[in-house]
Amino acid sequence: MKDRLPGGISIMKQLLTGNEAAAEAAIQAGCRYYYGYPITPQNELINYMSTRMPEVGGAFIQAESEIAAISMVHGSAAAGGRAMTSSSSPGISLKQEGISYLAGSELPCVIVNIQRGGPGLGDISASQADYFQAVKGGGHGDYHTIVLAPCSVQEMADLVYDAFDLADKYRNPVIILGDAQVGQLMEPVEFHKKPKKNLPAKSWALTGAEGRKKNVIKSFYPVKGQLEEFNAHLQRKYRTIEEHEVRYEAINIHKADVILVAYGTSARICKEVVKKSQQYKFKVGMVRPVTLWPFPKEIIRKVSERVECILTVEMSAGQMVEDVKLAVEGRCPVHFYGRTGGGVPTSLEIIRKIVEIVPDNRAANTLLQLAAVK
Amino acid sequence: MTEKIILAGFGGQGMMLLGKLLAQAAMTDGKYVTYFPSYGTEVRGGTAVYCLIISNEEIFSPLIEEADTLIVMNQPSYQKYKDMVKPDGLLVLNSSMIKSNNLPDVKTYQVPATEIASKLGNVLVSNIVMLGAFLAIKKLFSAHLILEQLQAMLKGKKGNLFSLNKQALESGMQVIKTV
Repeated sequence: MKDRLPGGISIMKQLLTGNEAAAEAAIQAGCRYYYGYPITPQNELINYMSTRMPEVGGAFIQAESEIAAISMVHGSAAAGGRAMTSSSSPGISLKQEGISYLAGSELPCVIVNIQRGGPGLGDISASQADYFQAVKGGGHGDYHTIVLAPCSVQEMADLVYDAFDLADKYRNPVIILGDAQVGQLMEPVEFHKKPKKNLPAKSWALTGAEGRKKNVIKSFYPVKGQLEEFNAHLQRKYRTIEEHEVRYEAINIHKADVILVAYGTSARICKEVVKKSQQYKFKVGMVRPVTLWPFPKEIIRKVSERVECILTVEMSAGQMVEDVKLAVEGRCPVHFYGRTGGGVPTSLEIIRKIVEIVPDNRAANTLLQLAAVK
Repeated sequence: MTEKIILAGFGGQGMMLLGKLLAQAAMTDGKYVTYFPSYGTEVRGGTAVYCLIISNEEIFSPLIEEADTLIVMNQPSYQKYKDMVKPDGLLVLNSSMIKSNNLPDVKTYQVPATEIASKLGNVLVSNIVMLGAFLAIKKLFSAHLILEQLQAMLKGKKGNLFSLNKQALESGMQVIKTV
């Protein structure tokens, strides 16, 4: 579909899956090195890359394993290229050693995790049970990856595009934490050509040392004291990221009696409850973290000073809720509603949970009315 | 306007394409649309189900708990999803492959899609026959808009399949008009 924008610029709206949108956004962001290994529910991404990457003269390799793929990313990133890999939960577990090495070598790259049910081989349905692994550093050592959580196909495209800039800006791996639903869902999406950001030159990259001092990419610091110094540098970088890169969406937080905190697919369902509640007395607001790390602590702390309580909704047994509690620090009760193993919460389930945690007829009346509006 | 449509059949019956044509048409028409193909570990022959939501407003959950319409192609899918249609909803079933003595209490159209497609010379267009029937019932989009989407999809080597698909769409629409 062609839309005409002011100034006669035409943009194409396309109907794509979240997985395809992630792949196309990566290409448009200048990613020319993609290494993957097939796993449902992210196969549309690797499939798209296999056709599209050769068209733009990039490298596409279906690696012999997930571990090989992340190591290939390490190589391309070290040489200064924009590199990406993608997988789903079990495959991402395999990549953890590589991710720790990338973080330890300060290499920019983008890793897409289209989460499925776990633990183990689990199932192929949507899940958000890899939150801990993504935000707490699934590999070894004191490191952080920047973690972005899209809730729609459009946001998938936008965040993948931004992920490459963030990775380059901080010399840090960025994880896109999606799930089977946002990965396989088809929605209209537009790819906006964004102005190039002023990013630091990759003077550290291994590009051949002729005529300059040699560069070394490593995560090994065997001399006593060196590693502690390097860790202090990493921690300073992480504090800078926490200060500048927090992103969230806040909806109706000012008039809300209860605030929902949810990200990705579960946030879409929470939004339905928030929107429906606006015409009634008892109001529900929402904070949707877009960056899971750095976590939007500040806004959650602020709302916790005013609301009756907070309800965190996840497709897990309760992971992000721990970060919500850390942000709230006991200022208000923090409740949790979750589904696991491929279960996706419904708006009715969320409404029932709110009625249960707010022992107030006002809430019950409003929300049950709300539930009846189907 | 919000129309929640469940499409179900066995893998290979073209439900995915049917939904995609409607979704593309909705997008071209400026509507909000979500299309969630929830395939399991099924191979050809297993049940495949798709959730399509078309609306004038923002769509939150792309999953469907209660459908306005169920378009269903085969017996196992029919058994599995027939109760998901809401009381005043619509059921369009492929009567060539679904036999039932107690149809659910909703507005039902029986379309012999497999038979019609076979007569046209290719059983693979049974999905397009169903699409034609659905268009004639709900009139969400014009046949013209759907044909445009088909034409865009059937490019290059597949171009010669357009007239067959057009015939299939028209035959499906005709079935409803003559009911």
